[in-house]
Amino acid sequence: MSKKNWPLWEVFIRSKQGLNHKHVGSLHATDEQMAIENARDVYTRRMEGVSIWVVESKHIHASSPTEQSELFEPANDKVYRHPTFYDIPDEIGHM
Amino acid sequence: MKSALFDYTLRLGDSSLIIGHRLSEWCGHGPVLEQDIALINIALDLVGQAKSFLEYAGKVEAKGRDEDALAYHRIDRDFRNILLAEQPNEDFAFTIIRQFLFDAFQYPFYQRLAKSKDPQLAAIAQKSLKEVTYHLRFSSEWTIRLGDGTPESHEKMQTAINELWAFTGELFEMTETDEILIEHGIAIDLNEIKPIWEQKVKAIFKEATLEIPTTNWMQSGGKKGIHTEYLGFILAEMQYLPRAFPDAKW
Repeated sequence: MSKKNWPLWEVFIRSKQGLNHKHVGSLHATDEQMAIENARDVYTRRMEGVSIWVVESKHIHASSPTEQSELFEPANDKVYRHPTFYDIPDEIGHM
Repeated sequence: MKSALFDYTLRLGDSSLIIGHRLSEWCGHGPVLEQDIALINIALDLVGQAKSFLEYAGKVEAKGRDEDALAYHRIDRDFRNILLAEQPNEDFAFTIIRQFLFDAFQYPFYQRLAKSKDPQLAAIAQKSLKEVTYHLRFSSEWTIRLGDGTPESHEKMQTAINELWAFTGELFEMTETDEILIEHGIAIDLNEIKPIWEQKVKAIFKEATLEIPTTNWMQSGGKKGIHTEYLGFILAEMQYLPRAFPDAKW
């Protein structure tokens, strides 16, 4: 048997209708059909989901950790972007 | 009629139990982690079905035996599973072909058993049908993937088919038990299942570029308690703990 690993896939599960698919982990599979079935067996054994997305990991483009400062830090001192300056009526409750 | 129902229910429970146990032997040995988990999921489904059938068999018999007593305290001659279920795992190809031949039978069989006049058997079949639908999908896809894969995987699959084919005749064998229960609308006429099974096997093998052996000779015996040498070894492992420590608890 060849020691070459099968391609890696990222798995996203929707736990309930109306919620977003959330990343739950990754797995190996030879094709998309097998990836969905493996995801079903590995990640939904305890009724975790109603829908599965899989995407080959190589298709994911990620931001680089070295770019953190230019990407995210400028937002740090812009508190006015949060709606914390409004008086929220009590009836609204949590926002 | 009661002893026929007992015999029939045992047959269903034992077949699921033994093939489920066989699959569970893959635990920790699967070719990749994902398939290890997949095989064990199927094994657990089958052992779960066995539990329901054997629990019911114990009630039908009414001698105070529960599902554990039936699973762990009977000898091989008292087991009614089909011979296909007890055949060894050998390699992944054997395991997949054994499972596919079994699933392709179980699926149409449970569809009909779900309408049996025995409400308990019907309920178990109804509940198991969803599981079996997935099992059949899993084993069909692997049969196609490996049959129509590399020359090596193709050869391993064909070897497995050639070796296991002689155990498929028993799937449709009917005994006095079947005759009695068919009259009462409880058992399923296996002659009805056979063409459906054949059609499925032909279609999947065709896609998998695999061939159906031309031999007609079929091995039988499991439904009457005459087993291949493998069952004794399975029982030795499966029954060791409850026999050595009868009151053992989790």
